[in-house]
Amino acid sequence: MKFSLVVHSAPYSSQSAATALHFAQQLLIQGHEIYRLFFFGDGAHNASKLAVVPQDETHIQQQWDSLIAENNIDSVVCVSSALKRGIINLEESNRHDLKSISLSDSSEVAGLGQLIDASINSDRLMNFG
Amino acid sequence: MNTTNRNTEITLLARSAPYGSGAAKLCLDVSIAAAVFEQTVNYIFLDDGIYQVLDEQDASAINSKSFGKTLEALGLYGIEKLYVDEDSLRKRNLSTNQLLPQVELVNVEAIKKFINQSKFVLTL
Repeated sequence: MKFSLVVHSAPYSSQSAATALHFAQQLLIQGHEIYRLFFFGDGAHNASKLAVVPQDETHIQQQWDSLIAENNIDSVVCVSSALKRGIINLEESNRHDLKSISLSDSSEVAGLGQLIDASINSDRLMNFG
Repeated sequence: MNTTNRNTEITLLARSAPYGSGAAKLCLDVSIAAAVFEQTVNYIFLDDGIYQVLDEQDASAINSKSFGKTLEALGLYGIEKLYVDEDSLRKRNLSTNQLLPQVELVNVEAIKKFINQSKFVLTL
């Protein structure tokens, strides 16, 4: 079955982002397809590559990054959610002269049209948060 | 995006008060995006979400735009009706004359029907 996941919640503040991550990992293990991950609102923080997490705790952002990169998943962060939370890619960094980049290399920023597209083209769209 | 011209039905359940969190604004943004991509949007307000459709909101004291004003403008995007759960209204001792003019009261059965016939349900 073709799934898309909408993640609204920041990692570590609640269990929700970790649940979404585990759900995504299990989907692939069980042979399903992930059409798109969409990080929305506080969920944008899941796509930060600048987080440093104590070694004995789960690094949620890093796990998302490996899952997405290893399985070539389409991962989108809502552009307006991302920018105001400091989740910045190279293009936006240049545009606003910020001199730093925080968006994980495995994700991209795009508009809400990508969420609507996911709702149309997936068999199931799951909300987390 | 290649297939967004396909019309599907989307239900948005707005359950949060307008200014205390970002949820109401996110839900509004999704409604506009869905309408722009020519999807049918059922925008339903329930629980504390019904405070979003109160008429005569004034958020100037917290330097915010009035949420009600933005909702009123949704007609421009083809979202003509804002559905309000009548139970939530009664529990908060509010009546329809305190709400925006394009509001339509619905009961829980009608909401179940909207959810059942929708491709996508988003709660915020």
